[in-house]
Amino acid sequence: MSDVAERVKKIVVEHLGVEASKVVEGAHFIEDLGADSLDTVELVMAFEEEFGIEIPDDAAEKIQTIKDAIGFIQSQSKK
Amino acid sequence: MFDLQGKRALVTGASGGIGGAIARALHAQGAAVGLSGTRVDALEALAAELKERAYVLPADLSDPAAADALVRAAEAALGGVDILINNAGLTRDNLAVRMKDEDWQKVLDVNLTAAFRLSRACLRGMMKKRWGRIVSIASVVGATGNPGQANYAASKAGLVGMSKALAQEVASRNITVNCIAPGFIVTAMTEHLPEERRQKLVEIIPAGRLGVAADVAAAAVYLASEEAAYVTGQTLHVNGGMAMI
Ligand SMILES: NC(=O)c1ccc[n+]([C@@H]2O[C@H](COP(=O)([O-])OP(=O)(O)OC[C@H]3O[C@@H](n4cnc5c(N)ncnc54)[C@H](OP(=O)(O)O)[C@@H]3O)[C@@H](O)[C@H]2O)c1
Repeated sequence: MSDVAERVKKIVVEHLGVEASKVVEGAHFIEDLGADSLDTVELVMAFEEEFGIEIPDDAAEKIQTIKDAIGFIQSQSKK
Repeated sequence: MFDLQGKRALVTGASGGIGGAIARALHAQGAAVGLSGTRVDALEALAAELKERAYVLPADLSDPAAADALVRAAEAALGGVDILINNAGLTRDNLAVRMKDEDWQKVLDVNLTAAFRLSRACLRGMMKKRWGRIVSIASVVGATGNPGQANYAASKAGLVGMSKALAQEVASRNITVNCIAPGFIVTAMTEHLPEERRQKLVEIIPAGRLGVAADVAAAAVYLASEEAAYVTGQTLHVNGGMAMI
């Protein structure tokens, strides 16, 4: 597992208080992990902080799963 | 009860009558206070009076960039903002048919839009901390209307609607968002009223007197406190019974 994936999962586990075993790549924040809309905003804020990036609103809307988050963050750090 | 030790409060309009009283009252309960306004000398005098835990943070809130910059400055000075008091406000009274666009805009910008921007900027830190209090100073006029104050009444009613929406967004994070609607309080904003008008006003106030800034400050301390955790999206009317809403 990549370092980005691990850090993303750690943030999600801590923030949503869910079991690490549930935080798989395909997990949907709202449908599978019980997040509400404010949680998703907070997760994006936490990702921004952890990775020192800016996630614009239109990109943030598309980040709905663990995989989406990892993909977006990786695409940013490659730039 | 109402202990605010360890809490950090940003008070806008702290150079004015009500804001100064709110800052003093929060400070007396143990909070550290960020004092904002445009008149630096008045802010410095208040900070000197409070001695410790008081920081002067000048800002002209008619400038669209000022709100974000003020919150950054407050977070730097205080280490964070747990309590935001949106109190800065002004009037530009005129009958609607004579009211200029700029008088409408200026009042909306400072009284409502700046309060929104300040709230938005403070919410990030409050959400993270899972604790916060936002109290905006509205007015009885926002609920009842008042001839000559279409702009002011709209801005104050706007604060009430804004607070209800924000309250619902962040209630699950232990952040409450409320308004205080003062009636007629003796401050610089109201002292120019002719004695005759003043007398008439006292007659329609069941408490038989005009309000003082400390009456409003006590309500602010309550809403900022831990004890008010279950009160959100509300407007607390502090008006001596002048309007019962
Ligand atoms: N007095 C009443 O009867 C009454 C009734 C209902 C509601 N209120 C509300 O209570 C609040 C405080 O009013 P007050 O009675 O204490 O009047 P005040 O003494 O005139 O205070 C107004 C405060 O707002 C600040 N302010 C005005 N324009 C500003 C700007 N562009 N940028 C930053 N700060 C600005 C002033 O700061 P500077 O002077 O430093 O510019 C001052 O500290 C207001 O929102 C008012 O609408 C008052």
